[in-house]
Amino acid sequence: MKLHEYQSKTIFSKYGIPIPKGRVAATAQEAKQIAEELGGRVVIKAQVLVGGRGKAGGVKLAKDPAEAAQLAAQILGMEIKGLPVRKVLVDEASAIDQEIYFSITNDRAAKKPVMIASAAGGIDIEEVAAKTPDKIIKNHIDPLLGLREYQARDVAVAIDLPRENVKDFVKIAMGLWEVYKATDATLAEINPLVITKDKKLVALDGKMMIDDSALFRQPELNEMRDTDEDDPAEIEARKYGLSFIKLDGNIGCMVNGAGLAMTSMDVIKLFGGEPANFLDIGGGAGADKVAAAMRIILTDPNVKAVLFNIFGGITRCDEVARGILVAMDEVKPKVPMVVRLVGTNAEEGRKLLENAKMITAETLADAAKKAVEAAKKGI
Amino acid sequence: MSILVDKNTRLLVQGVTGNEGLFHTTQMVAYGTNVVGGVTPGKGGEWVLNGKLPVFDSVKTAREATDANVSIIFVPSRFAPDAMFEAADAGIPLIICITEGVAVQDMMRVRNYLDRKKVRLIGPNCPGLLTPGEAKVGIIPGDIAIPGNIGVVSRSGTLTYEVLYAMKNLGMGASTCVGIGGDPINGTNFLDVLEMFEHDPNTEKVIMIGEIGGNEEEKAAQYIGSKMTKPVAAFIAGQTAPSGKRMGHAGAIIEAGAGTAADKIKALEAAGVKVAKHPEEIPTLL
Repeated sequence: MKLHEYQSKTIFSKYGIPIPKGRVAATAQEAKQIAEELGGRVVIKAQVLVGGRGKAGGVKLAKDPAEAAQLAAQILGMEIKGLPVRKVLVDEASAIDQEIYFSITNDRAAKKPVMIASAAGGIDIEEVAAKTPDKIIKNHIDPLLGLREYQARDVAVAIDLPRENVKDFVKIAMGLWEVYKATDATLAEINPLVITKDKKLVALDGKMMIDDSALFRQPELNEMRDTDEDDPAEIEARKYGLSFIKLDGNIGCMVNGAGLAMTSMDVIKLFGGEPANFLDIGGGAGADKVAAAMRIILTDPNVKAVLFNIFGGITRCDEVARGILVAMDEVKPKVPMVVRLVGTNAEEGRKLLENAKMITAETLADAAKKAVEAAKKGI
Repeated sequence: MSILVDKNTRLLVQGVTGNEGLFHTTQMVAYGTNVVGGVTPGKGGEWVLNGKLPVFDSVKTAREATDANVSIIFVPSRFAPDAMFEAADAGIPLIICITEGVAVQDMMRVRNYLDRKKVRLIGPNCPGLLTPGEAKVGIIPGDIAIPGNIGVVSRSGTLTYEVLYAMKNLGMGASTCVGIGGDPINGTNFLDVLEMFEHDPNTEKVIMIGEIGGNEEEKAAQYIGSKMTKPVAAFIAGQTAPSGKRMGHAGAIIEAGAGTAADKIKALEAAGVKVAKHPEEIPTLL
């Protein structure tokens, strides 16, 4: 789960990381009022869960409250990478001397958290990493020991941080480590962490991602989830514990297991088709879950055929067949369906579907071929 | 013959009285696996499977009573990290965690702790191990594989079944099938299992089933190219998957240039591995 910049910075601030004064606004009027309270120049920043806001014109500097209102109105009417801007953050403007990159994230290869820092922070950090990797400092953290202050000092020295800022940097690093641990973050990023003209360190921007598997112990964060930007079908799928991603093709897929679901998409493509979605019903799905999955697939008007590929293990094929029958009865699909059932209770499942007017297949390759054909021909 | 589990396995089941635990314990026993006991805190002294299998309160007491040498974990995700620590502290040298959805930071702590204790973990979020004809330690349906000389290692669950089933239909058997699990932080990787297969006298060929994300397939390719003498065939799932959720800048910096199916296939082919276009084709490549 991603958090907005304003949410991330509020959390940073609770852990002693200095952030600019500011608040979030949903209207131009609110933005103006915040600018009046702050006095002086302010920055208006679109709050959307995608990168590249600045380059898309979603971050603007306003010299007074009137201009803040005008720019906020403009940004609130924008779409960034297809996402409408619903909120803006109004922050006091900072006079910047240097931009630093600093984050803590998971390094799956090392099986450890890692601190990443660079003296060349800001919007072009990925280019810096690609072209001049020696400007990126990485320092792994022992997850059983936690971040030690000397490690943060080492990083400060490695990025040539001015001596007078080292002490504050160590405080910020320790704070970010606490944020990362307390929130079960997979990413806690400050970019840029700036040195202001008056030589202070401030977290100007923040980005956080939270481990979905840990949300059971993060009720407060769970409430921060912004579903405005999610696809409605994906929200519906999440309600049923289904893993669903909408794609652009015309063959709907329902599969058990993520690896097999991806593979089914691959095989559809191999035989000249285009998958309309990724959908993993998970292990041990019952009839109700299968019916929900089918409803979700069929709400996509692009779907011209559906492929069911179920390899029963924990999942029982007869349960899946029952779910398919329930959904067929309810949705009355007008597209051809190709079904392949193998494994636990496959025989019983096939029997249940005998009268259901579905195309059956023995192998995955056969099933994919038939689905591609059916999508071309229709019923 | 085999790796990791066989006739000498003395298996303990953590979470034996839960729905999943009990169902799969029944299946494992029916397969002929030597299950010696179960653990559920608060239910020590009870018996399951019609009074045939004793339940203990802790892994330590269970190990003392049964001399178990492998433990399999079926407890819910929020309790799984504790179950893994407990098994390691009780002196179990091989732990298999089936549980899905374990928090990533917990897994980093578990993995680093187990490494220090030299305890081997398979999983989490995995289908477990199957040495056909000898031991089933996990949830892989027993009847889809026959004994043989092909080692199978996979990050996926049902996709593995697909491949075992295709092998069986061609009369090809497995020495051991190892499901290492699909989580970003896990206990055992391709490289570890490939090394075991390379040294197992009864494994002659290897099938490897990878997927997008991470760089473990690339590391495996390096090992296969430089050290491995046995032939390997592979499949990589996710060739058409959208590039998906990016982890901010840090993800791009950490995993720059790795993780796509195309990269993995290229690395494997360069190491002399035959890569299949679809899973049913893999066994025919050996």
